[in-house]
Formats: sequence, structure tokens, C-alpha cells
Amino acid sequence: MNVTLTVNGSHHAVDVPADTLLVDLLRTELGLTGTHVGCDTSQCGSCTVIKDGVSVKSCTVLAAQAEGASITTIEGLGSADDLHPMQAAFRECHALQCGFCTPGMIMAAVDLVRSAKANGAALDERSVREGLEGNFCRCTGYHNIVRAVLSAAAQMEATS
Amino acid sequence: MSSQGIGASVRRTEDMRFITGRGRYTDDFNLPRQTHAAFARSPYPHARITGVDTSAAKDVPGVSSVLTGADMAADGLGGLPCGWLVKSKDGSDMKQPPHPPLAAERVNYVGEPYAIVIADTPAAARAGAEAIIADFEELDAVAAVDQAIHAATIHPEAPENRCYLWSLGEEEATNEAIEAAAHVTSLKIVNNRLIPNAIEPRAALANFDASNGEITLYTTSQNPHLARLILAAFVQIAPEHKLRIIAPDVGGGFGSKIFVYSEETAVAWAAKRIGRPVKWTATRSESFLADAHGRDHVTHADLALDADGRFTALRVRTTANMGAYLSTFASSVPTYLYGTLLAGQYKTPNIHVEVEAVFTNTAPVDAYRGAGRPEATYVLERLVETAARELNMDPAELRRKNFIQPEDFPYQTPVALEYDVGDYEASLNKALELIDYKGFPERKKEANARGRKRGIGFSCYIEACGLAPSQLAISLGAGVGLYESGEVRVNPTGSVTVYTGSHSHGQGHETTFAQIVASRLGIPFEDVEIVHGDTGRVEFGLGTYGSRSAAVGGSAIVTATDKVIRKGARIAAHLLDADLDEVDFEDGIYKHRSSNASKTFGEVAFAAYVPADYPNDLEPGLSEKAFYDPNNFTYPAGTHICEVEVDPDTGTVEVVTFVAVDDFGTVINPMIVEGQVHGGLAQGIGQALFEHGIYDDFGQLITGSYMDYCMPRADDLPSFKVDTTVTPCSHNPLGVKGCGEAGAIGATPAVINAITDALGIREIEMPATPERVWRACKTAAEGGQ
Repeated sequence: MNVTLTVNGSHHAVDVPADTLLVDLLRTELGLTGTHVGCDTSQCGSCTVIKDGVSVKSCTVLAAQAEGASITTIEGLGSADDLHPMQAAFRECHALQCGFCTPGMIMAAVDLVRSAKANGAALDERSVREGLEGNFCRCTGYHNIVRAVLSAAAQMEATS
Repeated sequence: MSSQGIGASVRRTEDMRFITGRGRYTDDFNLPRQTHAAFARSPYPHARITGVDTSAAKDVPGVSSVLTGADMAADGLGGLPCGWLVKSKDGSDMKQPPHPPLAAERVNYVGEPYAIVIADTPAAARAGAEAIIADFEELDAVAAVDQAIHAATIHPEAPENRCYLWSLGEEEATNEAIEAAAHVTSLKIVNNRLIPNAIEPRAALANFDASNGEITLYTTSQNPHLARLILAAFVQIAPEHKLRIIAPDVGGGFGSKIFVYSEETAVAWAAKRIGRPVKWTATRSESFLADAHGRDHVTHADLALDADGRFTALRVRTTANMGAYLSTFASSVPTYLYGTLLAGQYKTPNIHVEVEAVFTNTAPVDAYRGAGRPEATYVLERLVETAARELNMDPAELRRKNFIQPEDFPYQTPVALEYDVGDYEASLNKALELIDYKGFPERKKEANARGRKRGIGFSCYIEACGLAPSQLAISLGAGVGLYESGEVRVNPTGSVTVYTGSHSHGQGHETTFAQIVASRLGIPFEDVEIVHGDTGRVEFGLGTYGSRSAAVGGSAIVTATDKVIRKGARIAAHLLDADLDEVDFEDGIYKHRSSNASKTFGEVAFAAYVPADYPNDLEPGLSEKAFYDPNNFTYPAGTHICEVEVDPDTGTVEVVTFVAVDDFGTVINPMIVEGQVHGGLAQGIGQALFEHGIYDDFGQLITGSYMDYCMPRADDLPSFKVDTTVTPCSHNPLGVKGCGEAGAIGATPAVINAITDALGIREIEMPATPERVWRACKTAAEGGQ
């Protein structure tokens, strides 16, 4: 079936089997391998991307459900020369080790900050931990991820 | 200290690609004409294969071939070997049953692969695997480690399912000391089975190049050269020089990616056989079923004390689960990485340990973060804490009384190891201060007023890292040396490319090793590139595990760098018209001591490659390599203290404060070291509170997904308080000891000691789930235990 969608600002029309998952469309059809697959059950969150402004686990979204949607993946969030504050904070706070969960974690964290702001809620350690419970990291023990998200949230608040 | 030298928290080089989605993991690679593989796996824990009908599978659209264990056997492939030969106490060799990569006659655990299906797409390959019709004659199975010797025999080579019965230490003296003791503390200790769960599943992509007969295998490995050695020498996939293994970015390992597995082997074999690239990426279900698991011990242990509270003897009897086959290093984990650690930080004069390793119908068990050392620490630190309570002594003071003192080093333990250096009281004191130990009674009272039970628990661990002195390891049964290689190639423009046999799968070697080389050569950090994980680029290496990379791999790099500096000095002496012993090297500059004339490192490098004005007796070029073989293990040690609060109504445990004070020797990058500790703590706390790989009585894996296996999540864990003390390692050039496993070793007993303290009980089994804790609360309230 044909799916048309916008990914990282570029328009794409792809022909894929009807049972294709969004994550496979991104990785296989578009070669955007920054989005990872870590499990079969939508638990680990490595595949998290932003769909129409909201974070989704792209292993649980059919490509067909992304018809007409605007998707942002880690490749579209910021570049090496112009990092998104969340990307910069992850590096500054050593919030990643093997890097495999990192793209999904960053996308989930970006959406966590956005939704907290939309709800007028201030993030603290507890709410960051609860907000990221859908994303596994086996390397960091989450300690530095929490620091990074709080640091980026302050940065995003200051610059918005 | 410069801003990027040793001791600086340099932000990581590798991060830039990971945070922008440009990392390159095995599954991110694709090759022209690539096919996809899926495996048919045993649904039974123990069965005879009586027939495999592949005709329907071959008819599935997109499927191009179906290869079975029988096909592999017909091709003459060897089995997967265990790399460490352990001898039983009677002198006999351990039993090592054959381990065919694809089962042909029998299957011995649920998930064991017996056929590989190759197709145009992953979905077609999976459909093909589903369409295989295999006939099995089911046999009696056993999963529980403590029932193995009474169960049906799994391998005819191993009667009573016994792999070996190993012992270490003086049995008679230990028994006598226990008989004579003023007090003996005895515990039965279960170390729960864990499933490693690196977030990147295992994967492999193999290509056979008919033009030169070379197989290239991209795979998720912590030690690609060892994989090449095994696949060439034992499995005989291809000669070693015709096999290239690339372990690109690897998404965590924790031990589970050390081993040579069935699937990667079958993919490489199939690629050669069909003449097209073959790719396989594990689903998480496959990871649960077929990654090597960790731990799974049952132990009875006795700690004897004299009337003053000094330890006089320790006796340990352990049964260790090997699973269905001996994985690559399985045999060494409950022996040389376990029994040898039982002295801990203490001057216990008599120790005897006996380990019975058994086969069961479960996935193979091998090294998982800490590998033997967490199990040893758990036994010892549970015993010590329990003894303190039984004797009504402060657990910190009982430990202090028994510590090996700084003046006792080098200290020969009764269980083979010689500790070179340490200061255990320094770590204990700092940890007590960080957690405000004096304030604990007040905090407990306050928690009580809120209806919460608060407890505190200690763990003073030691580990043997920096694996390992080759001759010693080989004399104890290791099949390979455990040195490491390092090569420092100076480019004509003065930048440096470093090749290391260590492998980074999260540890940050590209940063840490560059810090070492840049600071030693006095050149900018950015001018140093680290290459690892490719047998086609790095000459040989033993990989990364056992907290060995800095201590062994880093030392190899230092040795090679120093050779570069020495050769550079000869070139500089020539250029400066000076005697060699008149030339000093500092901060990247060769200086003639008497004239103060100088040449930069870059000028010397250029001269080495453009040897116009050059010593006659010296080869051009500036590139040196080294193999570093350590002459002892390193001995990181520390004190971890955990405070928990238990809600007696729900049984939930909250880790309120966790303090870790570790002595890793010299620290190269404190930021990275802290990160390693954090991750280890999460896994150690995970074992204590959440994680458990469970097989039912019939050998079916109950915890086969993230719905069933409880991974620690962000909201399950606290922020950690970590700090260090430093006694530099005495026998390697950097003074480093290793930090990768400390958290996973120290945390587990600290958590359980805190929970048992909170509830006023003697024992609780891991993981201390809300149900178990709630039942324990109830029993305690009813006056039990």
C-alpha cells in the first residue's frame, strides 16, 4: 500500500506491505537507522519517535497509521553543529553509554518536557522518573538521564 | 591536570554520533543481495528429534533455503567449545558434552535452535521457520539447580548431570576451626537466575566473498578476535586468516555478548553455503530464550567467629547451574571467579569452598556483569551482616575488626589470590559519613512514625579484575592467554591512530584511551583516534569483560606509546645533534637538555616518514605495538550502604539512599567511572528487588518477555551517592583497577541486608518482590522467624 508522510521535514511516498510497522518504514525504507528496536512488546521504548508532536513507540504504530503524519526522528531533532538542548544535555551529563536506547530516550524526554509545559507542570526528579518509565536503559541506571532531562528542561524553558 | 588529560571528565567523543542517530549497530548494516534468517527452535526442554520435515517451509513464498542441524553435521562443522577446562577435586576433567550450533539429534532447552531458514525478508524467514514440521519424542526434563543430580541424565557424558565437583582451600583446617568456634553463622543462600538484557538484541550479518574465500561477519560481540579464533579453530567455519569479524557499535553486553553462540555461527555458515549475505537480528523473545543467563546458585555457607568476633573460618558449598551446555566461559564463573573471592576484605585464616556444577534443561548460564564475584560477595556479606546481628554487634564494627589492614599488603588469601594494595577502612569511613550513619536511628524512628519500616544494610566487596595473568590463567584451565594488544600508529602529520584489542560497548574507550595517549604524547585530545572491534584492522585482542579494558588494554596502549616516545627520542637526538640521553620529552616536545633546542612531536613524526635528515641505523616510520600481560589481577574494593523503607501494608521496598564508595585506583575519567558505577548499581539493585529468570518445573521459561521479567525502570531507582578513595594499583603503569562491575557486585547484598534489617528478619529470598516482603512482614508480625 502507498503511504505518504513527512519525515524530518521531507516528504515521502512509499509503497509498503500493509502490515509494515512505522519503525520498519523508517529504518528499512528510509534508511533512518537512528531509531532502534529493542523488544517485541512496546516495553523498551528504543523506537520512540515524535508523531504529529506527540511521542509514540514506532514499533506499535503501523506505517498506514502514519498516513499524512509528520514524523520527527532523532536524525531530525538536531545536527552535530546545532544540537537540540536535550541532545546537548545528554552528552554534557553523560546520560548515555552504549547509545542504543538513547535516540528513543531523547525523543521521549523531549515530549515529556513539552507535555509538562503544556500542562503547566514543573518537572522534578520524581516526575521525570515517572515520565520515562516506558523507556529502558540498561547502562546508566537512569541517574544521569534524570539529570540531563532536568537540565535540558531548564534550558528549553529559558530559550523558549 | 590538563582539561583533557588523565583525571579529567572529558565529554565523550562517541556521544556525538549516538545523540544524533548516527551510531552504526549491527542491524544498521545492509549488503547487496542480502537475505534474512530465522531460526526454528525447540518448544521442548528435553527431547529427541525424530524427524524434521522442511518441505512446507521451502514452499513459503520468499524462502530460499532451509538448513537443519543434520545439514550442518554433514558439512563437518565442529561444536561450540568451552574455553576454560576446570578439573574436579579428584583430578578428573570437567564433563564437556558436545554443543552443536544447530541441534541434530536432541534438544536440551526450550529455544535451542535446530534449523535456519533463509528468505528474502525477515517476515518470510519467520513464516518459513513456523512451517517446519519437526517430530520430537519428549524426555524428562529438569530446570532447578538443586534437583539436577536426581533428574534424568541430559548428556551421557555427564552422569547425574554433574559437570564437575571443584574445591579450593583447606578442608580439614576449615572444618576444625568451625568445630572449635565460639559462634557459627549458617545460611542457605539462593542467587537468583538473571537474564542479561542488553537493550540491543544480538545480531549477525555474514557475507562470503567468493573472489578471495573470505567471510566477513558483522556481529554484536564484546571480543571479536576470540569469536574469530573459536569459529576458525573449533567450529571450522573458515581459516582464521579468511575470517573477518566486525563488532561495530554494540548496544551493551554485560557479559552476554562475550560468548560464541549458535545463531551467529549458523549465519556465517549459511552465508558461505548459499553464496549470499545472510542477516539475523534476535527478537527480544529470542534474547530471553537463548542469550546466556547469569548467576543461579544455591549455597550453604558457615562463617565461624571467635569470642572476640574475629572470623576464624568460612565454609561454602555451592551448586551452580550451567544450563544445558557449557557456554564459552561458563565453567570458570563459579570457580576461579567465585571461590577465589571468598576471602573478601577480611583476614579469615581458613576457607574451604566446594562447587558442584550441574547441567539442567535451561539456557546456558555464563558470565553476567561481575561473573562469580557478585555471587561470592553475596554469600560473604550476607553471612557477615547476619553474624553481626546474631552477636549484637554493629555491622560496620564487625567488618572493621576483620579487615585486612593497609600494612598487611601484599596479602595472600587462603583462596589463591594475592591482593596487592587497598585501604578498606578508608572506603568504609567515607561511606559511613556520606550516609550519615549516626543519624540512622533518628531516621528509623521518623519512618516508624509514618508507618514505614526503615533498614540499613552494608556490603564491603572486593573483586579480582584486570583479567588476567596469562600463565596463571592457562595453568588454571584457560584456553587462551588474557593479555591485551595495543598499537599506536603516528601518522606523518603527527595525528595518532590507536588500535586496541579491547572493545567498547558503552564503556567510552574512544574517550578514555584517547585521554591516555594524548596526555602521554602531549598532543591535542582531538588528534587521537581509537580503533577497535574489527579483526581486519586490529591485529589481535581478547576483548572487554571482567573490568579489564583500562587495566590490561590501557596498559598495552601505554606500553606502545612509550615505545613511540623512545623511538621519537632517537630521531629527535639526531635532528638536534644531541646524545640520546641528553634529550627529554615533555608536553609533546623533545628538548636538548644543554642547549634548550627542541623539536615538537609533530616535527619528529614528519621526519620519521620523510627521512631526509635521519639516523642511518633506524627504520623510517613511527608506529609501535605492544602486548601487555598483567602479572597479577587488580583488586577494586569498596563499601556500599543502602537504606530502604518498606511499606508493610503493600510489601513495596523503596531504596531511599544508596551510597557507594569505591577504590578503583587511579581514575582516568571520573564522569565515565561514575556512570559505570551507576549502571552496575541498577543491575545489582535489579537482582535484589526485581529480576528473576524463572523456569517452571517442566523447563518452560516463564519470564520470556518484558511483560514477565521485571527490568528496573527509571521510577524504580533512586539517584545514587557515589564517591571514591584511591590506592593506585601497584603493578600496572596507569595504577588503574577497573570499575565496570563494582556496582553489580556491591549493591545486591547491601539491599537485602537493608530489607532484612528493616523487617527484623534473618533471610529473604531474591528478588525481594512486594509479595515476598509482604509475606515476610506478616510472618514477622505473627512472631515467626
